[in-house]
Amino acid sequence: MSIGVSEVLQRCREENRAALVCYLPVGYPTVEGSVAAMVAMVEAGADIVEVGIPYSDPLMDGPVIAYAADQALKHGVRVDDAFRATRAVRDAGAPPLVMSYWNLILRHGAKQFATDLAEAGGAGIITPDLIPDEADDWIAASDETGLDRIFLVAPSSTEERIAAVTSQCRGFVYAVSHMGVTGARTSMGDAASVIVSRTKAVTDLPVCVGLGVSDGTQAAEVAAYADGVIVGSALVRCLTEAPDLESGLTALRALVADLAEGVRSGR
Amino acid sequence: MTDLTPEPLARPGRFGHFGGRFVPEALIPALEELDEARRKAMVDPAFLGELEMLHRTYTGRPSIITEVPRFAEHAGGARIVLKREDLNHTGSHKINNVLAQALLTKRMGKTRVIAETGAGQHGVATATAAALMGLDCVIYMGKVDTERQALNVARMRMLGAEVKAVPTGSATLKDAINDALRDWVTNVGDTHYILGTVTGPHPFPEMVRDFHRIIGVEARGQVLDLAGRLPDAVIACVGGGSNAMGIFHRFIDDAGVRLIGVEAGGEGVEGGRHAARFAASSPGVLHGTFSYLMQDDDGQTLESHSISAGLDYPSVGPEHAFLRDSGRAEYRYATDEQAMKAFELLCRTEGIIPAIESAHALAGAMEVGRELGPEALLLVNLSGRGDKDMHTAAEYFGLIDGDAVPSGTADEPRAEGDGRTQL
Repeated sequence: MSIGVSEVLQRCREENRAALVCYLPVGYPTVEGSVAAMVAMVEAGADIVEVGIPYSDPLMDGPVIAYAADQALKHGVRVDDAFRATRAVRDAGAPPLVMSYWNLILRHGAKQFATDLAEAGGAGIITPDLIPDEADDWIAASDETGLDRIFLVAPSSTEERIAAVTSQCRGFVYAVSHMGVTGARTSMGDAASVIVSRTKAVTDLPVCVGLGVSDGTQAAEVAAYADGVIVGSALVRCLTEAPDLESGLTALRALVADLAEGVRSGR
Repeated sequence: MTDLTPEPLARPGRFGHFGGRFVPEALIPALEELDEARRKAMVDPAFLGELEMLHRTYTGRPSIITEVPRFAEHAGGARIVLKREDLNHTGSHKINNVLAQALLTKRMGKTRVIAETGAGQHGVATATAAALMGLDCVIYMGKVDTERQALNVARMRMLGAEVKAVPTGSATLKDAINDALRDWVTNVGDTHYILGTVTGPHPFPEMVRDFHRIIGVEARGQVLDLAGRLPDAVIACVGGGSNAMGIFHRFIDDAGVRLIGVEAGGEGVEGGRHAARFAASSPGVLHGTFSYLMQDDDGQTLESHSISAGLDYPSVGPEHAFLRDSGRAEYRYATDEQAMKAFELLCRTEGIIPAIESAHALAGAMEVGRELGPEALLLVNLSGRGDKDMHTAAEYFGLIDGDAVPSGTADEPRAEGDGRTQL
């Protein structure tokens, strides 16, 4: 069995640093190109890769990720392409997590999706619009396949919700840093550290923070209190703003290296 | 008769296995707060009294019923009675739900409301309620719709609302809902999302239905007074399905009354350009609820098509999915052409210009009347008036410059998707 998310987070803990979790959507700018970009991120220092599956109605995503997903869909990306990206990330040496809106998994069949993902070397799934209360099928399928299931907590979550959600998580807990959609922020604010400490009060699971981190300085700031730093939009922007894939990959490697430096200098 | 006793529910907000809450965790506290507030309000005489007063002195309730014998001659001679939601302030049933949710907004201590709109009707109703109650108001509207419905954008702005054009995706209703949800998750502390139909995460489908239930309550009594008996069928158009749930709900226990929803058949179901979810789609999740959904093999939402923007939505309220699968309600569809024929017919025979949405219900009534014959008594929800649809109708029937042509020959020319009507 290849290395899992828990082992990576444990290793980072032993190194007294936060893990770097990097997101890209499969299919942008092309399926080929996105797979190359994910592998490049692993080579440049990403500890865990989130393989995003583009969805027609991404209501938790800001303009950068929504644009890339829309382009990927227009170019014909399919759900099955995520399994291909998963294999590539696994071969590159990092655990791949799929991030997907629920209807795509539901349509595939939760059990079938879990089986196909495990077979491709996937480590688990992050479900931004699925709460544990609605997740009976996915909980059963993930137990059967041993996949990690990562639910989200938010600054608005009550103590009861945080306890209920974390009790169903495996791998880590995804703490949303602020109220809103994905996208880079100029400042992380206090909400992120507050939700991390509220979450750590009820669970021993690692807590990773997502939404808003765009550079090594912010990564270091979050790494001071979180077990992992999740970055998405800023990475996608490396590809959307580049004139071609090669220069996009160069920008991407540089940003991942900066972020990797950040998660090592926060404590 | 099908047993309609709901299965024991593991979770709230389920209609059979439809419904639920498929939204980001960040919204759950707001949904819980809303659920608690509406439960308390529905048993609070102060809330109910205030709402009743608004219905009576602002909206103009109870809305009347009108029997339409000249129209009914074209529907197998059945007796047809219209519930006149078109006579409400702002021109449709939408105001019933909007006023109630605006009152709830104030009770929750929130100062800002947001809403989605297809091309105007729900947006205008929300802007109206916000003006009445002193709330800040932002309306999300697909960019395609803002360009084609400039007058409705002006109406909403005149009422003090900010209208935001949504350029993403197909730039229509479903994308407007996506952006409204994004706004809500960002500003949920001071903002209430006045969802305009019986879909979305719990408690919206149940709550919006309850706020429209007055349509059926009034109509049931009015038809009994008029005819001395219950109707054989209650017929309503179904986009998201709020006017239909509103008129259906009081009749659910009346086992002898058929409940018939009419979806938009667009250009015909075979070609895929339609919004007849029950004729050609499968269960899935969109905008927080599990219901029937037009989707591709991967689960990506497909675009729907209808001459009426109010029915042009790829999913449908989850309670309709339950009523359909349980057999209590039945669903059929009317194509653009059938709906426009019924639209013209009601204008010419009764002097009532219906909304094109409601014309789908009229087209359904013409079919059902012919099936049941002259002994039948049909109640049809005339959910809105057609003033807003004059642009579409003028193009469809070639009325510009007075050179009207008979219906049926007016299939050309009209630009793809142009002149859409309103949600």
